[in-house]
Amino acid sequence: MTLIDLANPTRFLALTARVLPWLAAATVILLAIGLYQSALAPDDYQQGATVKIMFIHVPNAWLSMFVWGVMSIASLGTLVWRHPLADVAAKAAAPIGAAFTFLALLTGSLWGRPMWGTYWEWDARLTSVLILFLMYLGLMALWRAVDDPSRAARAAAVLTLVGAINLPIIKFSVDWWNTLHQPASVMRMGGPALDKSFLIPLLVMAIAFTLLFVTLHLAAMRNEILRRRVRSLQMMQASRVAFSSETGTGSRQGNASNEAGAA
Amino acid sequence: MSGLGHGKIQLSGRGVACVRGGREVFSGLDFEAASGEAVAVVGRNGSGKTSLLRLIAGLLVPAGGTIALEGGDAELTLPEQCHYLGHRDALKPALSVAENLSFWADFLGGARGDATESLATVGLEHATHLPAGFLSAGQRRRLSLARLLTVRRPVWLLDEPTNALDVAGQEMFGGLMREHLSRGGMIVAATHAPLGIESRELRIGRAA
Amino acid sequence: MTALFALVRRDIRIALRVGGGALIGVLFFLTVVVLMPFAVGPDLALLSRLGPAILWLGALLASLLTLDRMFMADHEDGSLDLITMSRTPLELACAAKALAHWLAAGLPLIVATPVLGLLLNLDMVATGAVALTLLAGTPALTFTGMIGAALAVTLHRGGLLMAVLVLPLSIPVLIFGVAASQAVIVGPMTFGAPFSILCALSLVSLVIGPFAAAASLRQGLD
Repeated sequence: MTLIDLANPTRFLALTARVLPWLAAATVILLAIGLYQSALAPDDYQQGATVKIMFIHVPNAWLSMFVWGVMSIASLGTLVWRHPLADVAAKAAAPIGAAFTFLALLTGSLWGRPMWGTYWEWDARLTSVLILFLMYLGLMALWRAVDDPSRAARAAAVLTLVGAINLPIIKFSVDWWNTLHQPASVMRMGGPALDKSFLIPLLVMAIAFTLLFVTLHLAAMRNEILRRRVRSLQMMQASRVAFSSETGTGSRQGNASNEAGAA
Repeated sequence: MSGLGHGKIQLSGRGVACVRGGREVFSGLDFEAASGEAVAVVGRNGSGKTSLLRLIAGLLVPAGGTIALEGGDAELTLPEQCHYLGHRDALKPALSVAENLSFWADFLGGARGDATESLATVGLEHATHLPAGFLSAGQRRRLSLARLLTVRRPVWLLDEPTNALDVAGQEMFGGLMREHLSRGGMIVAATHAPLGIESRELRIGRAA
Repeated sequence: MTALFALVRRDIRIALRVGGGALIGVLFFLTVVVLMPFAVGPDLALLSRLGPAILWLGALLASLLTLDRMFMADHEDGSLDLITMSRTPLELACAAKALAHWLAAGLPLIVATPVLGLLLNLDMVATGAVALTLLAGTPALTFTGMIGAALAVTLHRGGLLMAVLVLPLSIPVLIFGVAASQAVIVGPMTFGAPFSILCALSLVSLVIGPFAAAASLRQGLD
């Protein structure tokens, strides 16, 4: 099974219909295991039970970046290889990525609340995620704003790749901006010295969330393909029946160009 | 179909002058049109055919002269008794065909015909729930024609109405115009091509 | 009444459908507000002091930005001709369009305010005050901005020219909107006085806006 075989949307639909239930089942099982392990993980001696937010927060934060990576590859697929499913993949990924990013922000803010005393602190990491969230929303707005999917695809692909190049620069700038104003970051979590009792559930959760993304993404791609089919069927309906109701051999195209000339 | 709910009407212009962008397009123009009559406004490009229609529709202010409608609804002004079908179709691509039509029916008000029936007449009943953005130029023009049928107005002001319509569409439109005239309506159309119905010619501008 | 209701419903529908720009206004609002701390610095005390001003500026710019195409789209597809000719007075049609615009683009800004207040470290009372002043003040922004949108059609120019025309007109709204919010947060003024003036400004613009817009649309007929 190569990427070219998948290029045919019909084959893609048939294949994903078989794969999706298994993926969904694997996701549910891994999520259950991960959540169970997270619940068993010991409380942190400083943060108490709130540390468990980490098991949700970190996978979401990881996916918020991973999804942009997926979209960047898909964008390359649109611009360079002209793979027919590439822009479907890119479009389907954007709202999911935005959702994961939003969850990362939400859990980050809930996690920060006991430490900072406020729900929001202009912490370098959270701020970068916030900017990423804005970029996701912008991308979704772009997809929405243009009616014709293939035209929107190119614009969105360029924007996604520019975003991929810019994200590290933004991240660096925000770090610099933040340290300029606030020498010590309040948030000191993670780091390499993470205890095994935290690390294993975290890894399981990360894999579970990645599987969740793959499942949602494939389902969203199916929806997008079907949505486009409905659209082209509607366009066909709009033109076809008009022809049958016109008894003459009427050259509509010819008349349309006449109008353009006369106007 | 019922009549238009009014007696004989008479549209008359006396010494109408039009100035656009500092340039006099025409002046001293007299014209008449009565119930059941179609007037084809002809003239070369730039002679002011569209301007004349827009003057009657109240979308331009005449530089001189008067335009009046006698025998219509005394409560309403002339533009309020006119249908104006211009180059642009006044359709929103994001709305469905039915939504576009029902909006204009609700907004323009007055006596109205059946929207579904009008759509069937112009040959768009299959596209009722499709976005208007999916329609071709000819189909958009047909949808505009459905507006003329759904909202009853005695005076039709048509600017190049047969543009974008195919042969069958032009025939269908000819039938609609004849029916409108037979119910006591009036048509003033700016056109290069033959209108397709019995009409009186009004030539404007200097002879080319 | 049916006519006006139909117009409001159509405009809201278009704004919310594919290609419509109502929610982009909220996104713009969010972006402008997020930009501010990068210029000011992440000092929460400072941000909460500047909060109402930032939110008001963001809302002002966002509502102005979306106003641009209020009449332009109708002008381009010929709808404006039919609206002008119709039995509905043009002033009322303008008011209906402004109402639809405010419902589709202004109201979401107010709904988004609490989230943005969180980012700027505003407490519940302060956020509530800003949201309330925006609720009272954004109609004024829409209805005065409508005059600029009508002029943009007349002059065949939108964008920056419109912003230059309209922004000075919205200064009073900005002054009393921010003043009323600040009164709640720091005092010493009472909330009531500037808030009443803000409501008065909205009511006045509710009257002036449609008349001025209709007059300028009529002038611009061609």
